[in-house]
Amino acid sequence: MTQTQGSVAELLKNHPFFEDFAEKYRESLLECGRPVSFKKGEEVFLTGEQANDFFLINKGRVAIQVPASGGNPISIQTVRPGSVLGWSWLIPPHIWRFDATALDDVEGVAMDGRCLRGKVEVDHELAYELLQRFTRVMADRLENTRIQLLDIYGRGNE
Amino acid sequence: MSTVMDVQAVYTLIDSLKSDGYEVVGPRLRDKALGYVAGTNGSDLPAGLGDDQSPGNYRTRDRGDGALFGFRSSPQSWRRWIFPPNAEVWSARRDNDSFVVDTSAPDSMKVAVIGARACDVAALTIQDKVFLDGQFQDPAYKARRENLLIVAVNCSLDADSNTCFCASMGTGPRVQAGHDIALTEIIEGDKHYFVADAQTDEGSRILEGISGAPAGTDEVAAADSAISNVADSMGRKVDADGLPELMNESYESPRWTVVGERCLSCTSCTMVCPTCFCTNIEDSGDLNGVATRTRSWDSCFTLRHSHIHGGAIRNTNKARYRQWAIHKMGTWQEQFGTSGCVGCGRCITWCPSGIDITEEVTAIREEA
Amino acid sequence: MTIATKQNLESIVGAPRPAKILSVDRNTDDVWTLRLEGQGAFGPGQFNMLYVLGVGEVPISISGSPGKTDELLHTVRGVGGVTNAITSLKAGQSVGVRGPFGTSWPMAAAKGRDVVIVTGGIGLAPLRPAIYHIIENRADYGKVSLLYGARTPKEMLYADEFDSWRETGDIEVLTTVDAAIGAWDGDVGVVTTLIPRASADISDAVAMICGPEVMTRFTVAGLAERNQSKDNIYVSLERNMKCGTAHCGHCQLGPKFVCKDGPVFKFTDVAHWFEKREV
Repeated sequence: MTQTQGSVAELLKNHPFFEDFAEKYRESLLECGRPVSFKKGEEVFLTGEQANDFFLINKGRVAIQVPASGGNPISIQTVRPGSVLGWSWLIPPHIWRFDATALDDVEGVAMDGRCLRGKVEVDHELAYELLQRFTRVMADRLENTRIQLLDIYGRGNE
Repeated sequence: MSTVMDVQAVYTLIDSLKSDGYEVVGPRLRDKALGYVAGTNGSDLPAGLGDDQSPGNYRTRDRGDGALFGFRSSPQSWRRWIFPPNAEVWSARRDNDSFVVDTSAPDSMKVAVIGARACDVAALTIQDKVFLDGQFQDPAYKARRENLLIVAVNCSLDADSNTCFCASMGTGPRVQAGHDIALTEIIEGDKHYFVADAQTDEGSRILEGISGAPAGTDEVAAADSAISNVADSMGRKVDADGLPELMNESYESPRWTVVGERCLSCTSCTMVCPTCFCTNIEDSGDLNGVATRTRSWDSCFTLRHSHIHGGAIRNTNKARYRQWAIHKMGTWQEQFGTSGCVGCGRCITWCPSGIDITEEVTAIREEA
Repeated sequence: MTIATKQNLESIVGAPRPAKILSVDRNTDDVWTLRLEGQGAFGPGQFNMLYVLGVGEVPISISGSPGKTDELLHTVRGVGGVTNAITSLKAGQSVGVRGPFGTSWPMAAAKGRDVVIVTGGIGLAPLRPAIYHIIENRADYGKVSLLYGARTPKEMLYADEFDSWRETGDIEVLTTVDAAIGAWDGDVGVVTTLIPRASADISDAVAMICGPEVMTRFTVAGLAERNQSKDNIYVSLERNMKCGTAHCGHCQLGPKFVCKDGPVFKFTDVAHWFEKREV
């Protein structure tokens, strides 16, 4: 993980996750963010590690994976630029449940979970705003996962 | 120009059809029911026999009046002579790495149906639209249809129509089109006669050979009034006004659940219906490298009817009854420009649960 | 009664003609493409009934170029008695052919416009003729995006052609799989997740969708979210087609015979029935 020169404020402002997010809240979150980048193939996080951050992806794709035997992880979903990665920071015991691996050179912002948790404990309005956005992301992922479970291409045209 | 004929002249008519080379199919008592059988002679006609029909019930009875055509809808229509329940379509044999098809010559047997009811003649013209008027013509159906002669008999004798509802479907009780000759049977005290009308040149030619007198105004009036009486007294009816639209909007109706609980998916209604046209196509092969394709009547009440890879589309009795009823009364109109129901009432009589399509349509209309 | 003969279509309605198999190529574990002697013109999206002597007959869409009439391609997945018999045939043998039947993709209506093609698994086969047609008449169309999903990377059909479609065809090919094991560096997720990424202007593009009904349903919803008018959506539907000539009654969807009025429908023409259960 390396620091880059991109301005966190700029990145937050342009990320769809914070679209229409009140200015005062975005500013209060600035101190929790730091720019990050990952090389293609680099691990963003690993199953079982402490989940201290979530990531706003600006460039490149990240694969959410399950480690499997033989060194061949199974890819479950792809997180694309404009989306967010990770919500385990929000839910105790704050442990990553999956691996995340950069599929391309990835750039984004890591938001420090401990910093965020401190803020939402005292400002429930901010907590609500943030949770609404995470709920939407989770609902989208859940819907897509459900469709994946349907094996929708399996039925052929005999 | 109408002719008046007596009973003997009807027998002569049958003989003359035979000598013209027709296989005559007519009504006869068989297996305790009045159905259509090939090889009919005048003496086979069910003189004095009638029937009583109600939902799930059919019985023959003695009329006591000597009527030749005193019955209502037969258990099956005579469509099987045009559209057989089971037929080989072609066979093929292996020829090195390929195969050669033998398409059997179209059936050229001339068939004359005597005693055809208006509902069944209307049903035939509906099947014509299915097999002849679409983008593709069915050659076997076409061959049989071209060799068919119809001596229809208007329904004039039974004021109580039991399960019939042709008047409301606009198909009867007077035969309208598609026949060659129409007869109306009249019994008034001691008088027993038929008013005959030719509809086609072949019909005229045949009638010319039969002894009869030109019909007087009284006889024509008696025939008209007898047919009107049957029409007016028909107990069952379907309100056909805007029916396709009504049915098309009825998919979510709770009524389908109610009727679906009574329906056994036994396929009876589709086997007796004179307009049902679904067929299953089966290929089989033998060890000598000869393969045959057969086509047999199928029913939308079977699970396999809607089978696609992954499972059937219509899994429940409710969905299958709904498909059948909406097709007959609704979507048929868009497909073929006509209703798929002629009001013969067979599906009501022969339903083991006594489901009455007229009752179902009425219930759906009342809900809407 | 005398009946006028409409058209001598006896060979289509009745018996299949034997067509010599020129080659059989394996596409994936259970999918093969048969190359047959040509039989003349067809429209992209149309199908033939393929027959194996004494075994049976199934509807299979045509998967080759409508511009090449000297060969006839059929891509078949071996999933049942007849399809397994078809995929077991060898070059030099014959397969019975009746057709072509049914409607085609709206290649004329799509002229001058962007096109978005959404499909999954074997559903790409009936769309390949449309893709070939676009490539052969590339100037007639705007931006073209192919969004293709498969269960796993190895189940992707025609994957060896994607680069040439991109480079010589100027077609944007976006792919995704439900699950990937090992070295797959492409996308994982359902095909609908590709919709927001298409560079074709979804809101005005003609959409062509072919897949199982579940996929079609989610795709129509996904396109609507991107302001796609349902008037521009065309879908290929699957029903039990036994005869191809609208005589056997098995393939009905409301008033439609899928074999004759379809398999390609303007979505709005079938939405009333498509959106209901067990119809």
